[in-house]
Amino acid sequence: MKRTPYTRTALAVISGLGLLALGGCEPGHKQTVQYGYRGTGMNQIIDVKHMVSPGTIPDAPYPLPADGGPKAGETYQNVKVLSGVSTERFNHLMAEISQWVAPPEQGCAYCHNPENMASDEKYTKVVARRMLQMTQTINSTWSPHVQKVGVTCYTCHRGNAVPANKWALSAGAPHPGSILGDRHDQNPVSADAAYSDLPTTGFADYLLGAKNIRVYGTTVLPKYDGKGASVQTAEKSYGLMMHMSKALGVNCTFCHNTQAFGAWNLSRPQRATAWYGIRMVRDINNTYISSLQSVFPDNHDRKGPMGDPYKVNCTTCHQGVNKPLGGVSMMAQAPALWGPVAPYTAHAGAAAAEPAAAPAAAPADAAKPAPLAMNGAGPGTAAK
Amino acid sequence: MALLSFERKYRVRGGTLIGGDLFDFWVGPFYVGFFGVTTAITATLGTLLIIYAASLGPTWNPWLISIAPPDISYGLALAPLREGGFWQVITICAIGAFVSWALREVEICRKLGIGYHVPFAYGFAIFAYVSLEVIRPFLLGAWGFGFPYGIFSHLDWVSNTGYQYLHFHYNPAHMIAVSFFFVTGGALAFHGALVLSSVNPAPGEDVKSPEYEDGFFRDTIGYSVGTLGIHRLGLFLALSAGFWSAVCIIISGPLWTRGWPEWWSWWLNLPIWS
Repeated sequence: MKRTPYTRTALAVISGLGLLALGGCEPGHKQTVQYGYRGTGMNQIIDVKHMVSPGTIPDAPYPLPADGGPKAGETYQNVKVLSGVSTERFNHLMAEISQWVAPPEQGCAYCHNPENMASDEKYTKVVARRMLQMTQTINSTWSPHVQKVGVTCYTCHRGNAVPANKWALSAGAPHPGSILGDRHDQNPVSADAAYSDLPTTGFADYLLGAKNIRVYGTTVLPKYDGKGASVQTAEKSYGLMMHMSKALGVNCTFCHNTQAFGAWNLSRPQRATAWYGIRMVRDINNTYISSLQSVFPDNHDRKGPMGDPYKVNCTTCHQGVNKPLGGVSMMAQAPALWGPVAPYTAHAGAAAAEPAAAPAAAPADAAKPAPLAMNGAGPGTAAK
Repeated sequence: MALLSFERKYRVRGGTLIGGDLFDFWVGPFYVGFFGVTTAITATLGTLLIIYAASLGPTWNPWLISIAPPDISYGLALAPLREGGFWQVITICAIGAFVSWALREVEICRKLGIGYHVPFAYGFAIFAYVSLEVIRPFLLGAWGFGFPYGIFSHLDWVSNTGYQYLHFHYNPAHMIAVSFFFVTGGALAFHGALVLSSVNPAPGEDVKSPEYEDGFFRDTIGYSVGTLGIHRLGLFLALSAGFWSAVCIIISGPLWTRGWPEWWSWWLNLPIWS
């Protein structure tokens, strides 16, 4: 065949397009992990150059002082959550919180009135107190998820006053009652759904609400009874799963054998950890963050378009790695965050009624073994 | 066995690639040749190994028998027979059988004096298989990335491997491959329907000539590719489907490791609008 100039141009265009397409690729060195039995196809291939850094843990502001001496509740006024902690360690934790959360130029004054440290006049102090209770609950109640590593303020905040990764209820359809402009929260091209077209409404349904995560029906023929899987619930579930994958920097086979997503006996133990994680996030969003709705100021970067405070999802802590901060525990430098601390007794009754109540309800739930069937009623599916 | 009219042309000496006259004979209607012999050896050995490896497994249920590749930790080395070694030997036998068969087709083409279209087309099927079991595992550095030999287990592998990229429908080569598969099926349906309609005219009418067939498509879509052209088009469409299927799995892992939806962020990041 004789090659005409036309053929040559076509060949040049095609090879040019091919080279362009390769430009979006990662030809570098790969790391591989096998998740399942050989040949199951449950693997993770990681491009070393694009590996997400687990983040660095800052040095403690000064070495953790020995426990003992007067209690914080004895030394200071208006200490409600940490009154039973020694004053030395209380001060150490305050210095850490300032380092982990407060903008450096404001320091202690971000939450406290420097003239009267005991005052609750700044809303940030009220929020911080609730967050301390939340952290203690996470570490004491949600150990099926956070295990022995635990979390501190830094796990989410990473030096920011508001954690970088958060979500709020979406503004919804621009013209209620009409399909005009209503995207059903699909196609946002965001990391929230791992850049897919899947809806991100799963956050509201599963991380705030307590709807069941369903991707397939249990009957041979589709029979939507309002409870099982429908196309819509499957898409929302998949949207949430995309978020979880992106948040942890893993693929679906990190937890599931995709032969049957819902079968616990085919799943990896990591799925049970994630199951508790979803319930933990629900607890955080409902019990702790939503309770601060009236505390957070309006018209601020604290609230979303619907006026609800910004909430957490998996990325808030994980930030692209399956073990936040590389699985390194910071608890040794913040022992007061391990769980509710018995209040300082001289002020008994005045304080600590609330922090003791919050974690009491959940441990019985959390201690149950991993559920056996996704379509059965798992423990803790009801809203807490 | 009676010699068919064309066999005078087909059953001629020569045209072999290797072995000269040694294997240049027929068994009944089947040409043997050197590559017929190697096909028989590799196919038989591979099949017997599958049966033997299955006998060591937990089941004789034909749906569930599975002969899996080695763990990824073996890399590109040989594994013990029961830990993936069987899979490795069976894979060598399979490639030997497939390639032998293709070369036997080449020899037959040479005897007939026709073009190499058939072995060329079959070569795309071999390429797809080799992509999955050799090229991609080689690029990823472990035979463990190949699919297992089992009816259900290889489907599980397909599913899990797809979900390693969160949403495989966003794989651009997969998109192209799927489109070619659909168009192949569509073109075959159009072509088959056209031929059947021409050879089944109304009672009392003659079978219609290709001019009628061309006329139908010129009236319908303004163009008829013609009686020879439709077969060239069909071959192109079908081979493209297989080719892009091979591409879509070779790039998954060696050239892209994150979710395929994220790959498309290059489009959003084009300097034109970003």
